[in-house]
Formats: sequence, structure tokens, C-alpha cells
Amino acid sequence: MLTLLGVAAVVVGFAARLNPLLVVVGAAFITGLAAGRSPVEVLETFGKAFNDNRFVSAVYLVLPVVGVVERAGLRERARDLIARFRGLSAGRFLIGYLVFRQLTAALGLTSIAGPTQSVRPMIAPMAEAALERDAGPLDAAQRQRIKALAAATDNMGLLFGEDIFIAIGSILLMVGFLATAGITLDPIQLSVWAIPTALVAFLIHAGRLLLFDRASRRPRP
Amino acid sequence: MIKLAVVYDLAGVVFATFAVLSAGDRANPRRYGNTAFWGLVALSFLAGDRLGNLGNGILVLGLALIAGLGGLGRSDPPTTSPQERQALAQRFGDRLFIPALTLPLVVAFGVLVLKPLQVHGGPLLDPKQATLISLALAAVIATAVGLILLRQPWIAPLQEGRRLMDTVGWAALLPQFLAALGAIFALAGVGDVIGRLVTAWIPMDALPVAVAVYCLGMAAFTLIMGNAFAAFPVMTAGIALPILVHRFGGNPAIVASIGMLSGFCGTLSTPLAANFNLVPAALLDLPDRYAVIKAQIPSAIPLLIANMVLMYVLAFPH
Repeated sequence: MLTLLGVAAVVVGFAARLNPLLVVVGAAFITGLAAGRSPVEVLETFGKAFNDNRFVSAVYLVLPVVGVVERAGLRERARDLIARFRGLSAGRFLIGYLVFRQLTAALGLTSIAGPTQSVRPMIAPMAEAALERDAGPLDAAQRQRIKALAAATDNMGLLFGEDIFIAIGSILLMVGFLATAGITLDPIQLSVWAIPTALVAFLIHAGRLLLFDRASRRPRP
Repeated sequence: MIKLAVVYDLAGVVFATFAVLSAGDRANPRRYGNTAFWGLVALSFLAGDRLGNLGNGILVLGLALIAGLGGLGRSDPPTTSPQERQALAQRFGDRLFIPALTLPLVVAFGVLVLKPLQVHGGPLLDPKQATLISLALAAVIATAVGLILLRQPWIAPLQEGRRLMDTVGWAALLPQFLAALGAIFALAGVGDVIGRLVTAWIPMDALPVAVAVYCLGMAAFTLIMGNAFAAFPVMTAGIALPILVHRFGGNPAIVASIGMLSGFCGTLSTPLAANFNLVPAALLDLPDRYAVIKAQIPSAIPLLIANMVLMYVLAFPH
């Protein structure tokens, strides 16, 4: 039971908005010590796992090209482009992106878009510009909200598209785990059953985006 | 065979230049903090396999201390002004999209064409890491396309990359830190303790209750661990297999698949899924670091409920 102290430390640390890197290291020591490991052992385990997971941070290799195109005016161009499509509201634009993201993720192309390579340089500025065109000048809270919605749409599309692809990590994890429990399944048997949830996820999120459109078009007092 | 080591070397060199450029950045009052932080990241990519486990542990401690004690500043290297960018946008027009679209095209080419390719009897790309290798290749090609097509100074990718990296700041390393925390949790058996708590305290004699407990458990466990992959083995071994599959005769493929997707509803709602939630907020420069989570929770909750209904209807004989 004591080992759950580390989980509690994470929850409290994040809720108190302490620096998450320190919170994580602190929680690692609390958990490890509570489980009867020595501090050196904890540090070694943590160091090894950190090193094994470097691939998680390799995605920042796309930052230089994103920076270059932003320096040359991509975000401004993206805004101008969307402003010309009068009928394309922010919500409908994001619904289009949701479809694109779900379909490409379902084909295994999970890395062709993402917060770094598409949301920051193109999708967020376009959604923002579309909203600005329809709703007038935006205040800081509205800007934050539409950008956050753009990032949220990317996540919805990825998470509820990728499991339809047979060779994605979570499907392989399930196949492997179930095999050790004596249940032999083909990846495709699991991935087809991701389709119902993918459809519902689309309906829910697209519905919210349409409601967002309607709410933001309402003339403000 | 091209392996991940190539990607790590490239990342190491890029982070090392961020560190060096930071040191010379007099406009940033905390420039040596940035140099130390990105320098340690560079060291990890370039020499992580030679540092030993304890060495890597000390490196991680260094990163956490620099970030935790407020040692990281935010750089603002000289760049084009908003007016200049507007003018450049007019001049280049839709050509600006070419480098940005080169990225997904090369990734798709790598995954669809290069990955299945065989050279000298072996695969060209390490099959397990083909996506990441493709992404690195795409980054290099797209940068070159951008530099040439948009006639940007050669230092621009590194300076602009450094600006964006400083915008993300310590949050950039959080996903990797959390992955390592997952290893500590596994070592201490945290998952098993939670799994036992759930199964010991909640009676699951009725099918709808058992379905709800599994789906809610997947989501809640993912909230705490930040990762549905950590929740799946524990909750599936604890609830799904013994109760949903063996006692109530559920179809294991449907139960597992929808169970995992219930976990993803938790992913949408937790700061511990940092790469999905906190990194985008930092990249978009949002004042509220939880703004993306707040935008997702209203989708996650109805979807979780829908998952329970779907599992109940689809997975069991009625």
C-alpha cells in the first residue's frame, strides 16, 4: 500500500502546479523507497528507463523546419488562405482536420501530422483566423480557447483513428498480452472493433465543434 | 540497416547547437541555464548508452534541478518582424506550404515505401523504428527544401528551432520523464496494488456493473499513470479476463479493444499524458497549461459512457 504514496505525490504535485520534472523525480524516489529499494537503485532504474525512452523526445527534430517556415511567413499565409474561404467556419475547418487525422491515422500514418508539425504552424492559425473573420476581434481567452480546440482535435483524431491500424503499438500490446493469457487473436480482429468507438468519437467531437461555431457566431452585446 | 542510433546522433547534434547558441545569447539573462539544460539533452542523445545507468540517473537529476529551480530562460533570437512576415507571406504565397507538406509526404514515403524495402537480404530501415527514422529523414529534407525555396539564412533552422525549443522548455522532456516513472512504478508493483484494490472492493456480480468498472478503471488508471498501456495489463488481468470474458462469456477482442479506447478517454484528461496535453499547450504558447485538457474533457466523458454501452451491447451474447 505504501507504494501508492508515489502516485499521491504525482497527483498533489501536479495539482499544486509545482515543476513537473521535479515532481516526477520526487515521486520516483518516494515510490522506490516505499518499495524497499535503495536511492542508488532508484536512480539507476530511472536513468536506464530515461535512456531507453529517448525516442519519445526525438520528435523535436522537426522544430527547425517549422521555425524556418514560420520565419518566412507560413502562419500569416495560412491565416490569409482561410480568410478567403468565407463559408468555412472555424468549427467546420476543424471537423475537416478531424476527418483527415482519423483517416490517415487509421492507415498507420500517425506522424504525418501533430502538434509540432501541423497544429502550431498551420491548423491553429487557420482556425484562429476563421473564427476572427466570423466573430470579430478575439480577446485573449477566445484565442486560447480556439488554439486549445485545435490541439484537442488533433488528439481526438489520432487517438481514435490509430487503433484501426493493425500494426500500431496498442494493438500489438493487446495481442501480446492476450497471447500470454492463452487467447490467440489476429491484430485485425482487435482493430476492426476500434471502428465503432472511432465513429462515436467523431460524432461527439464534430458535434461539439458545430456547437462552438453556433455559440461564437452569436452577436456579442 | 538504418537504425535509431542515426536519429539519436542527429538529435544530439541539433540539441548541442541549441546549447552553444544559447551560451552566446546575451539577451537571455538565464542563458547558461539553457546551455546546461539542452547540453545535457545533447549528451543523453549522443552518449546515453555509454553513461551507464547511474550516469543517466545523475543526468536526469541535473535536468530536473535546472528546470525545478527556474534555471531555464526563454530566448528570443533576432527574427523577422510581424510586418516582414506578412510581406513575405504575400511574396511567397502558397509556396510556403511546400516545406510544411514535404514533411508528411516524406514520412508517408518512408512508412509506405522504404519500410518494406529489402537491401542485401535485410530491411533498409529498422522495422520497429521506421516511423521515427522516416520523421527524422523528413525533417532534414523539409529543412533543406525550406532553406532553398524560401531563401532563408542557413543559421535560421537552428536559431528558429532554438526559439521553439525554448517556448516548449522543460515540458519537452516531461513525456520522457513520465515514461521513466512508469518503469519505477512497474518495479514497485504499483499497478498490481491498484488492480487488487479495485477487484477487492467492488462487487461485480452484475454484467453492467462489471463492464462499467472495467471501462472506468481503464480511464481512471490511465489518469493516474498517464498511459493506457500501463493500465491495460493490470485492469485486463484483474477484471476483463476473469469476469467479463470467463464468467460472462464476452468476446475478448471486443472487450480488449474497447477497453483500451476507454483508457484513451483517460489520456485526454490527464496532465500525465504530457505529450498529448502539456506539450501542445506549451507549443501554442497558451497561458493555461491545462487549456488543452479542458478542451478535451467534454469529449472524453460522453465517449467513455458510449464505450461502456458499446462494450455491453457488442461484446456479450444477449
